[in-house]
Amino acid sequence: MSKVTDAFANGKAFIPFLTAGDPSLEKTEDYILELEKAGADLIEIGIPFSDPIAEGVVIQEADLRALKGGTTTDGIFEMVTSVRSKTQIPLVFMTYLNPVFHYGYERFFARCEEVGINGIIIPDLPYEEKGELLEIARAHGVDVISLIAPTSEQRIQKIASDAEGFIYLVSSMGVTGMRSEIKTDLKSMIDAIRSVTDVPIAVGFGINTTEQAGKIAGMADGVIVGSAIVKMIAKYGAHAEQHIYAYVRMMKEAVRQSEK
Amino acid sequence: MSDGRFGIHGGQYVPETLMNEVINLEKQYNYYKNDPEFCRELDELMRNYAGRPSLLYYAEKMTKDLGGARIYLKREDLNHTGSHKINNVLGQCLLAKKMGKTRIIAETGAGQHGVATATAAALMGMECEIFMGKEDTERQALNVYRMELLGAKVHAVTTGTMTLKDAVNEAMREWASRVEDTHYVLGSVMGPHPFPTIVRDFQSVISREAREQILEKEGKLPKAVMACVGGGSNAMGMFYNFINDPEVRLIGCEAAGRGVHTAETAATIATGTLGVFHGMKSYFCQDEYGQIAPVYSISAGLDYPGIGPEHAYLHDIGRAEYVPVTDDEAVAAFEYLAKTEGIICAIESAHAVAHAIKIAKEFSPEDSIIICLSGRGDKDVAAIARYRGRDLHE
Repeated sequence: MSKVTDAFANGKAFIPFLTAGDPSLEKTEDYILELEKAGADLIEIGIPFSDPIAEGVVIQEADLRALKGGTTTDGIFEMVTSVRSKTQIPLVFMTYLNPVFHYGYERFFARCEEVGINGIIIPDLPYEEKGELLEIARAHGVDVISLIAPTSEQRIQKIASDAEGFIYLVSSMGVTGMRSEIKTDLKSMIDAIRSVTDVPIAVGFGINTTEQAGKIAGMADGVIVGSAIVKMIAKYGAHAEQHIYAYVRMMKEAVRQSEK
Repeated sequence: MSDGRFGIHGGQYVPETLMNEVINLEKQYNYYKNDPEFCRELDELMRNYAGRPSLLYYAEKMTKDLGGARIYLKREDLNHTGSHKINNVLGQCLLAKKMGKTRIIAETGAGQHGVATATAAALMGMECEIFMGKEDTERQALNVYRMELLGAKVHAVTTGTMTLKDAVNEAMREWASRVEDTHYVLGSVMGPHPFPTIVRDFQSVISREAREQILEKEGKLPKAVMACVGGGSNAMGMFYNFINDPEVRLIGCEAAGRGVHTAETAATIATGTLGVFHGMKSYFCQDEYGQIAPVYSISAGLDYPGIGPEHAYLHDIGRAEYVPVTDDEAVAAFEYLAKTEGIICAIESAHAVAHAIKIAKEFSPEDSIIICLSGRGDKDVAAIARYRGRDLHE
């Protein structure tokens, strides 16, 4: 079993996201450890991109702050090296294809293996295009996470049957960001995925309350939360530890409750 | 690998949310492009609404003044709405309507594509929203008001560099949030497949007409055709029907801004590297970590950090040449064309005029060259005055 899939071995998973380098790489390292302490099962680390077309305004702004602060892909690899000396929690990158392509697929995934990154999510790399890096990522033990969207319909079967690590089920149309209500019929999408694979399903986009987290964890294997945490970091900057801890603890509890 | 490749370029690098939509668009386009009724309706719109065919004008004074090739101007500036953008917009809006869409969205840089889209939406009774970088809404305030007059809602995009690339980002985000009733009318030969092909096909009317017109006037093909290139739609339209005529040089004129050796440039072939952005693999201005570079040109329409994938391919195989033209050269050409031929062209098109001025003498007086005059310059008058130190208070 892959290290990414391990994150789902002890019940429903809570998966937080944060943007590397916002407000600084040192703080990103502290916050990753804080997320783990609060109960996170797997952590998504965003490599900031200048033009993140799948992100809502909260993560867009975090990306720009991180880049303005001088965050680079090499700096992020170094930060992950340091994190890895302190924790074994599964870590996945989330970024756009160009920073990976430009770094060079072989060089990028070799670095991932070296520093201990277990998976990668690339929103602008759909099923049809992932062939250009899949073998290279696999050779370095990095799972390429597949996304399934509310518009995927007949594509669900082929995407799900090729999936590895976990499946990122996009809860809503549009971009990342907090939503008061999630209207998609997740249940029927999850059933369609379940009919072809046992790979764990985590739902993301829009989730920010314990009520949403609990409800979704009742159907899926994991819940992904990004913008709510990034917004907290935007507000408290280098002093967000206790806020992150309290929030993630509460969300993890809601996810755990759904199992009862 | 997806379809829609030009050599190694192109592809469909979009979020999963949009995949079924672009796949369906390709299917519908392949059906309608061969549908006699669709072709008849589009031809009717092109003739009786856009004003096609556009003139191929012999610029006699310019020819005599420069002393070389006989210079022709393909007058896309005389189309309804004042640029070549209407060719693509009428095609895509008609297609969207056939597909059952009721709402269209578009990005715009200089505002020409936005105005053309708002126009087609008004004509066809569709809801229309335009995304425009905030910086561009300021330098092209007149076009913002024109779009509003035409019934469109204009969103000033305040993210990133607040220019064309950010307008594309925002239009893509909007499309991903509402695909069922909305078609994204991409304005250039860029983005995910099938857009580069669709836009090129609708723009290829430029070279289809120009090729016939020049053969009629000169009895032989031109030595070169040239056009400005941002994303590259008028250039692709100007090149397309000459690609299989190896004796015709295809020359794309990129916006060098303050020069290709400065950071203030938008010349992608001259300064860019291979990358994947806005749904396509192509050349982009970017830094060593693949972050897209903030680009600069006096021309809002060429102020884009990438180039369409078919241009990238024509460059790779050596079929087309791409040359940088600075702000200074473009402004001088803008003024030159006004004084010499009495034509105020768009600052975008002036980049092609500038290069023609440079190379006209390399040709013999028996030969001809064609410059695509992609748009008219009313929108640029205030900015040019500012460039020359006069504030006109628009």
